[in-house]
Amino acid sequence: MSESVSVRVNGRLVTVRAGATVAVAVLASGATCRASVTGQPRSPLCGMGTCFECRVAINGEPQRRSCQVLCEANMEIEANG
Amino acid sequence: MDSVRHLRFDVAVVGAGPAGIAAALAAADSGRTVGLIDDNPVAGGQIWRAAYNSARPSASSIWFDRLNKSAVQIVRGARVFHAAQGELAAESDDSAIQISYGKLILATGARELFLPFPGWTLPNVMGAGGLQALVKSGLDISGKRIVIAGTGPLLLAVAAYVRKCGAKVIGICEQTSRSRMARFGLKMMLVAGKAAEALRLAYDLRGIPHWTDCWPVAAFGNRRVETVRISRRGQTSEIECDYLACGFHLIPNVELPRMCGCRLREDFVQVDKYQQTAVPGIFCAGEPTGIGGLELALVEGEIAGYAATNWEDRAKHLFAKRARYQKAVRILQDAFPLRPELKNLARPDTLICRCEDVPHERLREYNSWRAAKLHARCGMGPCQGRVCAPAAEFLFGWQIDSVRPPLFPVRCSSLAAIPAQSAPRN
Repeated sequence: MSESVSVRVNGRLVTVRAGATVAVAVLASGATCRASVTGQPRSPLCGMGTCFECRVAINGEPQRRSCQVLCEANMEIEANG
Repeated sequence: MDSVRHLRFDVAVVGAGPAGIAAALAAADSGRTVGLIDDNPVAGGQIWRAAYNSARPSASSIWFDRLNKSAVQIVRGARVFHAAQGELAAESDDSAIQISYGKLILATGARELFLPFPGWTLPNVMGAGGLQALVKSGLDISGKRIVIAGTGPLLLAVAAYVRKCGAKVIGICEQTSRSRMARFGLKMMLVAGKAAEALRLAYDLRGIPHWTDCWPVAAFGNRRVETVRISRRGQTSEIECDYLACGFHLIPNVELPRMCGCRLREDFVQVDKYQQTAVPGIFCAGEPTGIGGLELALVEGEIAGYAATNWEDRAKHLFAKRARYQKAVRILQDAFPLRPELKNLARPDTLICRCEDVPHERLREYNSWRAAKLHARCGMGPCQGRVCAPAAEFLFGWQIDSVRPPLFPVRCSSLAAIPAQSAPRN
């Protein structure tokens, strides 16, 4: 499959392979996913929905596990790492 | 408020990895209604993750074709967070789901054990399986420098995979000794008949350094990992990398089986020859019954699926096949014990709980997991101890005593959707 999909990560346009997860788009943008409770940058650890380190806001909804959500065209992703 | 979906199946299967898919298909052979419930956006579990892309291994396509043609109803993106007699409560992005069932098959898979060391919380320090999962999910790693550290054959499989995807594997750090590693390799080839597999892997990994008696002691970097310090036969050295992928064994996901009342034996769900747990009508297949890999998971799933639909004859035909795959598991079981040095990697300020940022020095004050939770908030964050509890068990020898609903953080509306008679009590 050579189709791609474009989303925005912190306002920046990122294009990834169709079927890619939001976590992949965040990593491709160069951003980190979240800031920990003491302010450290964090990004995915487990890649399979267990660790909750990849949480971002998707279309305004906070605390979504980005490794468990597929990118859809024009998604607005906020990664606050 | 979100909508509530009500589903009813003769057989409900939780987990759409190989074991769950095989179980669902076997159960569906009887003509009964079967639901396959999974947290991920796409069925396949970890080993068959990203079945939509062209890298899908051919072995899995047979199973996916069968699944697509079957009457099995797949419920994707649904996290099961509560279990009561004959009922499950789950949550998807837009609704609460109430599932009632006649028989239940648990195929909840496994996750990685993560060991804390200074810098393990830096972005791009990941699980070995975790990195593989992200690459399967579309992450481009071509040209990236990757160090793979930990123990066991998973490291080799991940190294071969990421190299095929264009990454440069700088080295594989295996904590086990060279002699143990050699013994294991020999046994797998001679006893378990894995010679062809081993040779292919050796070819795929040609030229990649494989260091034994070697483990990561610290990771450094500004906002993401840039360097890893490794210990190798008593000497430390530093290696520059873009990703550090760590895999120190797999641990079974037994939270839901526990909540259902299944009995555990040495951390795994206890089952009889029909894969039935201590709770009549509840079956378990795949990694929660013992880390055994793909082939064993498939055959266990089939046995559970047939047994759950009272087709014991068909289940019995698979016993010999299961016994054959179990042989390899026994070799794997004790081949890679974690060395005690790994318990001393965490410094006083190294975080153990990544959700609540609880450092090692805060935990040394307590003598049980329960006390650490109550006083230091260790394991009280969104992952609910899935990462730090096994780490704490390894570091401090604490036993994890109970599971409580909800198994995952959920919306209040999903909790409110649970019927009063099946709501959690105490």
